[in-house]
Amino acid sequence: MHVPDGFLDPTTSAATAAVAAAGVALALRGARRELDERTAPMAGLTAAFVFAVQMMNFPVAAGTSGHLIGGALTAILVGPWTAVLCMTVVLLVQAVVFADGGLTALGTNVTLMALVAVAVGYAVFRVLVVLLPRTRVGLLVAAGVGAFLSVPVAALAFVGLFSLGGVADVALGTVAATMGGVHLLIGLGEAAISVAVLSAVLTVRPDLVRGARHLQRDVVLAPRPPAAHPVPVADAS
Amino acid sequence: MGAGHDSGGLAARYVPGTGPVHRLEPHLKLVAVLGFALVVVATPVHAGWAPAAYLGFLVLLLVVARIAGVGPGRLGRGLTVEIPFVLFAVLLVFVSRGPRTEVLGLSVSQSGLAVGGGLLAKATLSVLAATLLAATTEPRALLRGLERLRLPQVLVQILMFMIRYADVVGGELRRMRVARESRGFRARHLGALRVLGPAAGSLFIRSYERGERVHLAMLSRGYTGRLPTGPVAPVGARSWTTALSLPLAAGAVLLTGSLVG
Repeated sequence: MHVPDGFLDPTTSAATAAVAAAGVALALRGARRELDERTAPMAGLTAAFVFAVQMMNFPVAAGTSGHLIGGALTAILVGPWTAVLCMTVVLLVQAVVFADGGLTALGTNVTLMALVAVAVGYAVFRVLVVLLPRTRVGLLVAAGVGAFLSVPVAALAFVGLFSLGGVADVALGTVAATMGGVHLLIGLGEAAISVAVLSAVLTVRPDLVRGARHLQRDVVLAPRPPAAHPVPVADAS
Repeated sequence: MGAGHDSGGLAARYVPGTGPVHRLEPHLKLVAVLGFALVVVATPVHAGWAPAAYLGFLVLLLVVARIAGVGPGRLGRGLTVEIPFVLFAVLLVFVSRGPRTEVLGLSVSQSGLAVGGGLLAKATLSVLAATLLAATTEPRALLRGLERLRLPQVLVQILMFMIRYADVVGGELRRMRVARESRGFRARHLGALRVLGPAAGSLFIRSYERGERVHLAMLSRGYTGRLPTGPVAPVGARSWTTALSLPLAAGAVLLTGSLVG
Protein backbone atom coordinates (compact mmCIF):
# COMPACT_ATOMS: atom_id res chain seq x y z
CA MET A 1 0.00 0.00 0.00
CA HIS A 2 1.51 3.24 -1.16
CA VAL A 3 1.11 6.52 0.70
CA PRO A 4 -0.62 9.04 -1.60
CA ASP A 5 -0.10 12.79 -1.60
CA GLY A 6 -1.50 14.78 1.27
CA PHE A 7 -1.56 12.13 3.99
CA LEU A 8 1.39 13.63 5.81
CA ASP A 9 2.15 17.30 6.31
CA PRO A 10 4.85 18.92 4.12
CA THR A 11 7.46 18.97 6.92
CA THR A 12 7.22 15.23 7.51
CA SER A 13 7.21 14.56 3.77
CA ALA A 14 10.35 16.67 3.34
CA ALA A 15 12.05 14.96 6.29
CA THR A 16 11.30 11.47 4.94
CA ALA A 17 12.47 12.59 1.50
CA ALA A 18 15.82 13.60 3.05
CA VAL A 19 16.05 10.24 4.85
CA ALA A 20 15.20 8.42 1.62
CA ALA A 21 17.80 10.37 -0.38
CA ALA A 22 20.49 9.61 2.21
CA GLY A 23 19.51 5.94 2.30
CA VAL A 24 19.54 5.61 -1.48
CA ALA A 25 22.93 7.37 -1.68
CA LEU A 26 24.33 4.85 0.83
CA ALA A 27 22.75 2.00 -1.11
CA LEU A 28 24.30 3.21 -4.37
CA ARG A 29 27.69 2.97 -2.71
CA GLY A 30 26.94 -0.38 -1.05
CA ALA A 31 25.52 -1.97 -4.20
CA ARG A 32 28.79 -1.32 -5.98
CA ARG A 33 30.39 -3.66 -3.43
CA GLU A 34 27.72 -6.29 -4.02
CA LEU A 35 27.66 -6.09 -7.81
CA ASP A 36 30.74 -4.03 -8.82
CA GLU A 37 30.42 -2.76 -12.39
CA ARG A 38 27.42 -4.98 -13.04
CA THR A 39 25.27 -2.76 -10.77
CA ALA A 40 23.08 -1.19 -13.44
CA PRO A 41 22.09 -4.25 -15.51
CA MET A 42 21.74 -6.63 -12.57
CA ALA A 43 19.83 -4.24 -10.31
CA GLY A 44 17.68 -3.21 -13.27
CA LEU A 45 16.72 -6.77 -14.13
CA THR A 46 16.09 -7.61 -10.47
CA ALA A 47 13.86 -4.52 -10.25
CA ALA A 48 12.00 -5.75 -13.33
CA PHE A 49 11.55 -9.09 -11.52
CA VAL A 50 10.21 -7.39 -8.38
CA PHE A 51 7.88 -5.34 -10.53
CA ALA A 52 6.60 -8.39 -12.40
CA VAL A 53 6.18 -10.55 -9.33
CA GLN A 54 4.13 -7.81 -7.68
CA MET A 55 1.64 -8.31 -10.53
CA MET A 56 1.34 -12.01 -9.70
CA ASN A 57 -1.67 -12.71 -7.52
CA PHE A 58 -1.42 -15.44 -4.93
CA PRO A 59 -4.64 -16.84 -3.45
CA VAL A 60 -4.81 -16.25 0.30
CA ALA A 61 -8.14 -17.44 1.65
CA ALA A 62 -11.82 -17.35 0.79
CA GLY A 63 -11.40 -15.82 -2.64
CA THR A 64 -9.07 -13.02 -1.58
CA SER A 65 -5.64 -12.74 -3.08
CA GLY A 66 -2.50 -10.85 -2.28
CA HIS A 67 0.77 -10.10 -3.94
CA LEU A 68 4.33 -10.02 -2.81
CA ILE A 69 5.92 -6.73 -1.74
CA GLY A 70 9.29 -8.35 -1.92
CA GLY A 71 11.62 -6.19 0.17
CA ALA A 72 12.87 -8.97 2.44
CA LEU A 73 12.92 -11.58 -0.33
CA THR A 74 14.96 -9.35 -2.65
CA ALA A 75 17.41 -8.53 0.15
CA ILE A 76 18.00 -12.24 0.81
CA LEU A 77 18.33 -13.02 -2.90
CA VAL A 78 20.62 -10.21 -4.08
CA GLY A 79 21.83 -8.45 -0.94
CA PRO A 80 20.35 -5.56 1.06
CA TRP A 81 21.92 -2.63 -0.82
CA THR A 82 20.83 -3.84 -4.23
CA ALA A 83 17.41 -4.59 -2.76
CA VAL A 84 17.08 -0.99 -1.56
CA LEU A 85 17.89 0.23 -5.08
CA CYS A 86 15.45 -2.21 -6.70
CA MET A 87 12.61 -1.29 -4.38
CA THR A 88 13.33 2.43 -4.86
CA VAL A 89 13.26 2.10 -8.63
CA VAL A 90 10.04 0.06 -8.52
CA LEU A 91 8.40 2.68 -6.29
CA LEU A 92 9.59 5.48 -8.57
CA VAL A 93 8.13 3.77 -11.64
CA GLN A 94 4.89 3.04 -9.82
CA ALA A 95 4.64 6.71 -8.82
CA VAL A 96 5.34 8.27 -12.23
CA VAL A 97 3.90 5.63 -14.57
CA PHE A 98 1.05 4.16 -12.51
CA ALA A 99 0.21 7.13 -10.24
CA ASP A 100 0.49 4.61 -7.38
CA GLY A 101 1.88 6.60 -4.45
CA GLY A 102 2.09 10.37 -4.63
CA LEU A 103 5.03 12.27 -6.06
CA THR A 104 5.38 14.39 -2.93
CA ALA A 105 5.03 11.20 -0.85
CA LEU A 106 7.74 9.38 -2.80
CA GLY A 107 10.28 9.98 -0.02
CA THR A 108 7.86 8.53 2.53
CA ASN A 109 7.18 5.48 0.40
CA VAL A 110 10.88 4.87 -0.24
CA THR A 111 11.65 5.27 3.46
CA LEU A 112 8.92 2.81 4.48
CA MET A 113 9.06 0.16 1.78
CA ALA A 114 12.62 0.36 0.52
CA LEU A 115 14.53 1.31 3.67
CA VAL A 116 12.51 0.14 6.69
CA ALA A 117 11.09 -3.05 5.17
CA VAL A 118 14.42 -4.15 3.66
CA ALA A 119 16.43 -3.24 6.77
CA VAL A 120 14.05 -4.99 9.17
CA GLY A 121 13.58 -8.04 6.98
CA TYR A 122 17.29 -8.46 6.34
CA ALA A 123 18.39 -7.74 9.93
CA VAL A 124 15.95 -10.28 11.37
CA PHE A 125 17.06 -12.78 8.73
CA ARG A 126 20.77 -12.32 9.56
CA VAL A 127 20.21 -12.62 13.32
CA LEU A 128 18.12 -15.78 12.92
CA VAL A 129 20.58 -17.32 10.47
CA VAL A 130 23.24 -17.04 13.18
CA LEU A 131 20.95 -18.42 15.88
CA LEU A 132 19.23 -21.23 13.99
CA PRO A 133 20.93 -24.42 12.82
CA ARG A 134 22.90 -23.97 9.62
CA THR A 135 20.55 -25.94 7.43
CA ARG A 136 18.19 -25.25 4.58
CA VAL A 137 15.19 -25.36 6.94
CA GLY A 138 16.87 -22.93 9.33
CA LEU A 139 17.53 -20.56 6.46
CA LEU A 140 13.94 -20.74 5.23
CA VAL A 141 12.57 -20.15 8.75
CA ALA A 142 14.85 -17.13 9.14
CA ALA A 143 13.71 -15.77 5.76
CA GLY A 144 10.05 -16.37 6.61
CA VAL A 145 10.27 -14.58 9.96
CA GLY A 146 12.19 -11.70 8.37
CA ALA A 147 9.63 -11.30 5.58
CA PHE A 148 6.78 -11.62 8.07
CA LEU A 149 8.10 -8.93 10.43
CA SER A 150 9.12 -6.52 7.65
CA VAL A 151 5.47 -5.82 6.75
CA PRO A 152 3.92 -4.93 10.16
CA VAL A 153 7.05 -2.98 11.17
CA ALA A 154 6.81 -0.87 7.99
CA ALA A 155 3.10 -0.35 8.71
CA LEU A 156 3.86 0.71 12.28
CA ALA A 157 6.55 3.09 10.96
CA PHE A 158 3.83 4.62 8.81
CA VAL A 159 1.60 4.98 11.88
CA GLY A 160 4.52 6.66 13.67
CA LEU A 161 4.96 9.11 10.79
CA PHE A 162 1.22 9.67 10.76
CA SER A 163 1.28 10.58 14.46
CA LEU A 164 4.13 13.04 13.80
CA GLY A 165 2.89 14.61 10.62
CA GLY A 166 -0.63 13.36 10.06
CA VAL A 167 -3.33 15.94 9.62
CA ALA A 168 -6.02 14.01 11.48
CA ASP A 169 -6.56 13.98 15.23
CA VAL A 170 -6.93 10.29 15.84
CA ALA A 171 -6.74 7.85 18.69
CA LEU A 172 -3.28 6.63 17.83
CA GLY A 173 -3.65 3.33 19.64
CA THR A 174 -6.64 2.37 17.54
CA VAL A 175 -4.90 3.23 14.27
CA ALA A 176 -1.77 1.36 15.33
CA ALA A 177 -3.81 -1.68 16.38
CA THR A 178 -5.83 -1.74 13.17
CA MET A 179 -2.90 -1.12 10.82
CA GLY A 180 -0.72 -3.55 12.78
CA GLY A 181 -3.43 -6.20 12.79
CA VAL A 182 -4.18 -5.95 9.09
CA HIS A 183 -0.50 -5.99 8.23
CA LEU A 184 0.20 -8.98 10.46
CA LEU A 185 -2.12 -10.89 8.14
CA ILE A 186 -0.47 -9.41 5.04
CA GLY A 187 2.89 -10.28 6.60
CA LEU A 188 1.83 -13.92 6.91
CA GLY A 189 1.10 -13.95 3.18
CA GLU A 190 4.40 -12.21 2.46
CA ALA A 191 6.25 -14.83 4.53
CA ALA A 192 4.52 -17.74 2.81
CA ILE A 193 5.24 -16.41 -0.68
CA SER A 194 8.83 -15.45 0.15
CA VAL A 195 9.58 -18.90 1.58
CA ALA A 196 8.00 -20.62 -1.41
CA VAL A 197 10.02 -18.55 -3.88
CA LEU A 198 13.23 -18.85 -1.90
CA SER A 199 12.98 -22.61 -1.51
CA ALA A 200 12.40 -22.94 -5.24
CA VAL A 201 15.50 -20.87 -6.04
CA LEU A 202 17.52 -22.78 -3.44
CA THR A 203 16.61 -26.04 -5.13
CA VAL A 204 17.58 -24.98 -8.63
CA ARG A 205 20.33 -22.38 -8.27
CA PRO A 206 21.50 -22.16 -4.63
CA ASP A 207 24.48 -20.09 -5.77
CA LEU A 208 22.15 -17.22 -6.72
CA VAL A 209 20.86 -16.80 -3.16
CA ARG A 210 23.21 -14.31 -1.55
CA GLY A 211 21.79 -14.92 1.92
CA ALA A 212 22.62 -18.65 1.63
CA ARG A 213 26.32 -18.32 0.89
CA HIS A 214 27.20 -19.89 4.25
CA LEU A 215 25.36 -23.07 3.24
CA GLN A 216 27.45 -23.58 0.15
CA ARG A 217 30.20 -26.09 0.38
CA ASP A 218 33.22 -26.08 -1.82
CA VAL A 219 32.82 -28.48 -4.66
CA VAL A 220 34.70 -31.66 -3.83
CA LEU A 221 36.41 -32.78 -6.96
CA ALA A 222 36.85 -36.47 -7.50
CA PRO A 223 40.47 -37.45 -7.02
CA ARG A 224 42.42 -37.72 -10.20
CA PRO A 225 42.62 -41.36 -11.27
CA PRO A 226 46.13 -42.79 -11.21
CA ALA A 227 47.85 -42.35 -14.51
CA ALA A 228 47.44 -45.35 -16.71
CA HIS A 229 50.54 -47.37 -17.25
CA PRO A 230 52.16 -46.39 -20.50
CA VAL A 231 51.30 -49.00 -23.01
CA PRO A 232 54.44 -50.30 -24.65
CA VAL A 233 54.19 -49.56 -28.31
CA ALA A 234 54.62 -52.68 -30.29
CA ASP A 235 57.30 -52.44 -32.83
CA ALA A 236 55.65 -52.70 -36.21
CA SER A 237 58.64 -53.77 -38.06
CA MET B 1 -0.28 -4.11 -0.47
CA GLY B 2 -1.49 -1.88 -3.24
CA ALA B 3 -4.08 -2.85 -5.74
CA GLY B 4 -2.50 -5.18 -8.27
CA HIS B 5 -1.43 -3.59 -11.48
CA ASP B 6 -3.12 -5.04 -14.49
CA SER B 7 -0.78 -6.93 -16.72
CA GLY B 8 -0.81 -4.49 -19.61
CA GLY B 9 2.86 -3.65 -19.17
CA LEU B 10 4.38 -0.24 -18.74
CA ALA B 11 3.42 1.25 -22.08
CA ALA B 12 -0.27 0.44 -21.56
CA ARG B 13 -0.65 3.62 -19.52
CA TYR B 14 0.33 5.79 -22.46
CA VAL B 15 -2.35 7.25 -24.71
CA PRO B 16 -0.76 8.17 -28.06
CA GLY B 17 -1.35 11.69 -29.23
CA THR B 18 0.23 14.78 -30.72
CA GLY B 19 -1.47 17.52 -28.71
CA PRO B 20 0.35 20.34 -26.91
CA VAL B 21 0.48 18.34 -23.66
CA HIS B 22 2.07 15.39 -25.44
CA ARG B 23 4.67 17.61 -27.11
CA LEU B 24 5.76 19.35 -23.90
CA GLU B 25 9.23 18.34 -22.62
CA PRO B 26 8.94 15.48 -20.12
CA HIS B 27 10.94 17.13 -17.35
CA LEU B 28 8.73 20.19 -17.49
CA LYS B 29 5.67 17.99 -17.15
CA LEU B 30 7.24 16.29 -14.12
CA VAL B 31 7.93 19.68 -12.54
CA ALA B 32 4.39 20.81 -13.31
CA VAL B 33 2.75 17.73 -11.78
CA LEU B 34 5.01 17.92 -8.73
CA GLY B 35 4.18 21.61 -8.31
CA PHE B 36 0.48 20.89 -8.65
CA ALA B 37 0.71 18.11 -6.05
CA LEU B 38 2.56 20.47 -3.68
CA VAL B 39 -0.19 23.08 -3.99
CA VAL B 40 -2.87 20.43 -3.39
CA VAL B 41 -0.99 19.12 -0.34
CA ALA B 42 -0.58 22.66 1.02
CA THR B 43 -4.35 23.25 1.06
CA PRO B 44 -5.46 23.25 4.71
CA VAL B 45 -7.93 20.41 5.36
CA HIS B 46 -9.87 22.13 8.10
CA ALA B 47 -10.58 25.37 6.22
CA GLY B 48 -14.22 25.92 5.27
CA TRP B 49 -13.29 26.84 1.70
CA ALA B 50 -11.23 23.70 1.12
CA PRO B 51 -14.00 21.81 -0.76
CA ALA B 52 -14.34 24.74 -3.17
CA ALA B 53 -10.58 24.72 -3.73
CA TYR B 54 -10.65 20.97 -4.44
CA LEU B 55 -13.39 21.61 -6.96
CA GLY B 56 -11.25 24.32 -8.57
CA PHE B 57 -8.26 21.96 -8.80
CA LEU B 58 -10.48 19.30 -10.33
CA VAL B 59 -11.73 21.74 -12.97
CA LEU B 60 -8.10 22.65 -13.83
CA LEU B 61 -7.21 18.97 -14.26
CA LEU B 62 -10.26 18.31 -16.41
CA VAL B 63 -9.31 21.24 -18.65
CA VAL B 64 -5.79 19.82 -19.07
CA ALA B 65 -7.26 16.36 -19.74
CA ARG B 66 -9.53 17.86 -22.39
CA ILE B 67 -6.60 19.63 -24.10
CA ALA B 68 -4.51 16.45 -23.90
CA GLY B 69 -7.32 14.33 -25.31
CA VAL B 70 -7.38 11.93 -22.34
CA GLY B 71 -10.86 10.55 -21.88
CA PRO B 72 -12.75 10.19 -18.59
CA GLY B 73 -12.56 6.38 -18.79
CA ARG B 74 -8.77 6.51 -18.81
CA LEU B 75 -8.78 8.92 -15.84
CA GLY B 76 -11.23 6.73 -13.94
CA ARG B 77 -9.13 3.61 -14.45
CA GLY B 78 -6.15 5.49 -13.05
CA LEU B 79 -8.03 5.93 -9.79
CA THR B 80 -8.11 2.21 -8.96
CA VAL B 81 -4.68 2.46 -7.32
CA GLU B 82 -6.35 4.47 -4.58
CA ILE B 83 -8.57 1.72 -3.22
CA PRO B 84 -6.44 0.72 -0.18
CA PHE B 85 -6.33 4.33 0.97
CA VAL B 86 -10.07 4.72 0.65
CA LEU B 87 -10.22 2.00 3.31
CA PHE B 88 -7.74 3.92 5.46
CA ALA B 89 -9.77 7.14 5.10
CA VAL B 90 -12.90 5.24 6.12
CA LEU B 91 -11.02 4.00 9.18
CA LEU B 92 -10.13 7.61 10.07
CA VAL B 93 -13.78 8.55 10.10
CA PHE B 94 -14.40 6.05 12.87
CA VAL B 95 -11.30 6.46 15.03
CA SER B 96 -10.87 10.25 15.01
CA ARG B 97 -11.48 12.04 18.29
CA GLY B 98 -13.77 15.02 18.81
CA PRO B 99 -17.54 15.52 18.63
CA ARG B 100 -19.46 12.62 17.15
CA THR B 101 -22.28 12.74 14.71
CA GLU B 102 -24.66 10.20 13.24
CA VAL B 103 -24.40 9.15 9.62
CA LEU B 104 -26.69 6.37 8.43
CA GLY B 105 -27.14 5.24 12.04
CA LEU B 106 -23.39 4.95 12.69
CA SER B 107 -21.55 7.10 15.20
CA VAL B 108 -18.70 8.85 13.38
CA SER B 109 -16.34 11.66 14.27
CA GLN B 110 -17.10 15.06 12.76
CA SER B 111 -13.46 16.06 12.35
CA GLY B 112 -12.69 12.58 11.08
CA LEU B 113 -15.32 13.02 8.42
CA ALA B 114 -13.80 16.34 7.32
CA VAL B 115 -10.21 15.11 7.45
CA GLY B 116 -10.93 11.74 5.86
CA GLY B 117 -12.84 13.43 3.07
CA GLY B 118 -10.11 16.03 2.61
CA LEU B 119 -7.34 13.44 2.44
CA LEU B 120 -9.32 11.42 -0.04
CA ALA B 121 -9.90 14.52 -2.18
CA LYS B 122 -6.19 15.42 -2.12
CA ALA B 123 -5.12 11.88 -2.95
CA THR B 124 -7.65 11.70 -5.79
CA LEU B 125 -6.48 15.00 -7.29
CA SER B 126 -2.82 13.99 -7.19
CA VAL B 127 -3.56 10.58 -8.66
CA LEU B 128 -5.49 12.25 -11.47
CA ALA B 129 -2.59 14.62 -12.17
CA ALA B 130 -0.09 11.75 -12.21
CA THR B 131 -2.44 9.73 -14.44
CA LEU B 132 -2.47 12.62 -16.90
CA LEU B 133 1.33 12.69 -16.82
CA ALA B 134 1.58 8.96 -17.52
CA ALA B 135 -1.09 9.11 -20.21
CA THR B 136 0.69 11.85 -22.15
CA THR B 137 4.33 10.77 -21.66
CA GLU B 138 5.99 7.56 -22.72
CA PRO B 139 7.90 5.71 -19.96
CA ARG B 140 11.18 6.29 -21.83
CA ALA B 141 10.45 10.01 -22.09
CA LEU B 142 9.68 10.11 -18.37
CA LEU B 143 13.08 8.57 -17.80
CA ARG B 144 14.74 11.27 -19.90
CA GLY B 145 12.84 13.82 -17.85
CA LEU B 146 14.09 12.34 -14.58
CA GLU B 147 17.61 12.37 -16.00
CA ARG B 148 17.35 16.05 -16.83
CA LEU B 149 16.13 16.68 -13.30
CA ARG B 150 19.55 15.41 -12.12
CA LEU B 151 18.61 11.99 -10.81
CA PRO B 152 21.92 10.17 -10.03
CA GLN B 153 23.38 8.54 -13.15
CA VAL B 154 23.45 5.00 -11.69
CA LEU B 155 19.82 5.25 -10.64
CA VAL B 156 18.90 6.46 -14.14
CA GLN B 157 20.67 3.45 -15.65
CA ILE B 158 18.96 1.00 -13.28
CA LEU B 159 15.63 2.62 -14.17
CA MET B 160 16.46 2.37 -17.85
CA PHE B 161 17.17 -1.36 -17.62
CA MET B 162 14.06 -1.88 -15.56
CA ILE B 163 11.82 -0.01 -17.99
CA ARG B 164 13.32 -1.81 -20.98
CA TYR B 165 13.03 -5.27 -19.46
CA ALA B 166 9.86 -4.94 -17.37
CA ASP B 167 7.77 -5.95 -20.36
CA VAL B 168 10.15 -8.82 -21.22
CA VAL B 169 10.03 -10.21 -17.67
CA GLY B 170 6.29 -9.53 -17.49
CA GLY B 171 5.83 -11.39 -20.76
CA GLU B 172 7.67 -14.38 -19.36
CA LEU B 173 5.34 -14.31 -16.36
CA ARG B 174 2.35 -14.19 -18.68
CA ARG B 175 3.59 -17.15 -20.73
CA MET B 176 4.08 -19.17 -17.55
CA ARG B 177 0.53 -18.34 -16.50
CA VAL B 178 -0.85 -19.39 -19.88
CA ALA B 179 1.12 -22.65 -19.62
CA ARG B 180 -0.18 -23.31 -16.10
CA GLU B 181 -3.77 -22.55 -16.95
CA SER B 182 -3.77 -24.58 -20.14
CA ARG B 183 -2.84 -27.54 -17.95
CA GLY B 184 -5.92 -26.97 -15.82
CA PHE B 185 -4.31 -25.06 -12.96
CA ARG B 186 -6.51 -22.68 -11.04
CA ALA B 187 -5.26 -20.89 -7.94
CA ARG B 188 -7.93 -21.51 -5.36
CA HIS B 189 -6.27 -21.73 -1.96
CA LEU B 190 -2.92 -21.52 -0.23
CA GLY B 191 -1.88 -24.89 -1.61
CA ALA B 192 -1.37 -23.15 -4.94
CA LEU B 193 1.83 -21.71 -3.47
CA ARG B 194 3.48 -25.03 -4.24
CA VAL B 195 2.99 -24.21 -7.91
CA LEU B 196 3.23 -20.42 -7.87
CA GLY B 197 6.31 -20.28 -5.61
CA PRO B 198 8.53 -22.21 -8.01
CA ALA B 199 7.08 -20.17 -10.89
CA ALA B 200 8.15 -16.93 -9.23
CA GLY B 201 11.47 -18.55 -8.30
CA SER B 202 12.22 -19.54 -11.85
CA LEU B 203 11.18 -16.06 -12.95
CA PHE B 204 13.88 -14.68 -10.64
CA ILE B 205 16.49 -17.10 -11.99
CA ARG B 206 15.60 -16.23 -15.57
CA SER B 207 15.68 -12.49 -14.84
CA TYR B 208 19.02 -12.73 -13.06
CA GLU B 209 20.60 -14.83 -15.78
CA ARG B 210 19.20 -12.49 -18.40
CA GLY B 211 20.84 -9.62 -16.53
CA GLU B 212 24.19 -11.42 -16.70
CA ARG B 213 23.78 -12.07 -20.42
CA VAL B 214 22.77 -8.46 -21.08
CA HIS B 215 25.77 -7.25 -19.13
CA LEU B 216 28.18 -9.46 -21.05
CA ALA B 217 26.63 -8.42 -24.35
CA MET B 218 27.03 -4.78 -23.40
CA LEU B 219 30.64 -5.30 -22.30
CA SER B 220 31.42 -6.83 -25.67
CA ARG B 221 30.00 -3.69 -27.28
CA GLY B 222 32.23 -1.42 -25.26
CA TYR B 223 30.12 -0.62 -22.19
CA THR B 224 32.24 1.15 -19.57
CA GLY B 225 29.67 1.76 -16.88
CA ARG B 226 28.13 4.89 -18.29
CA LEU B 227 25.85 5.48 -21.20
CA PRO B 228 26.44 8.22 -23.74
CA THR B 229 23.62 10.72 -23.94
CA GLY B 230 23.04 13.15 -26.73
CA PRO B 231 23.21 16.91 -26.28
CA VAL B 232 20.26 18.29 -24.35
CA ALA B 233 18.00 20.58 -26.31
CA PRO B 234 17.49 23.99 -24.71
CA VAL B 235 13.98 24.65 -23.45
CA GLY B 236 12.25 27.79 -24.57
CA ALA B 237 10.44 30.19 -22.25
CA ARG B 238 7.20 29.31 -24.01
CA SER B 239 7.41 25.67 -22.88
CA TRP B 240 8.11 26.78 -19.32
CA THR B 241 5.06 29.06 -19.28
CA THR B 242 2.86 26.32 -20.76
CA ALA B 243 4.07 23.76 -18.24
CA LEU B 244 3.92 26.04 -15.24
CA SER B 245 0.43 27.29 -16.05
CA LEU B 246 -1.09 24.27 -14.24
CA PRO B 247 0.67 24.69 -10.86
CA LEU B 248 0.40 28.48 -11.09
CA ALA B 249 -3.34 28.30 -11.74
CA ALA B 250 -3.67 25.88 -8.83
CA GLY B 251 -1.67 28.31 -6.68
CA ALA B 252 -4.05 31.09 -7.72
CA VAL B 253 -7.01 28.95 -6.62
CA LEU B 254 -5.32 28.34 -3.27
CA LEU B 255 -4.54 32.05 -2.81
CA THR B 256 -8.08 33.09 -3.70
CA GLY B 257 -9.42 30.58 -1.24
CA SER B 258 -7.27 31.78 1.63
CA LEU B 259 -8.04 35.46 0.90
CA VAL B 260 -11.79 35.09 0.41
CA GLY B 261 -12.43 32.27 2.85
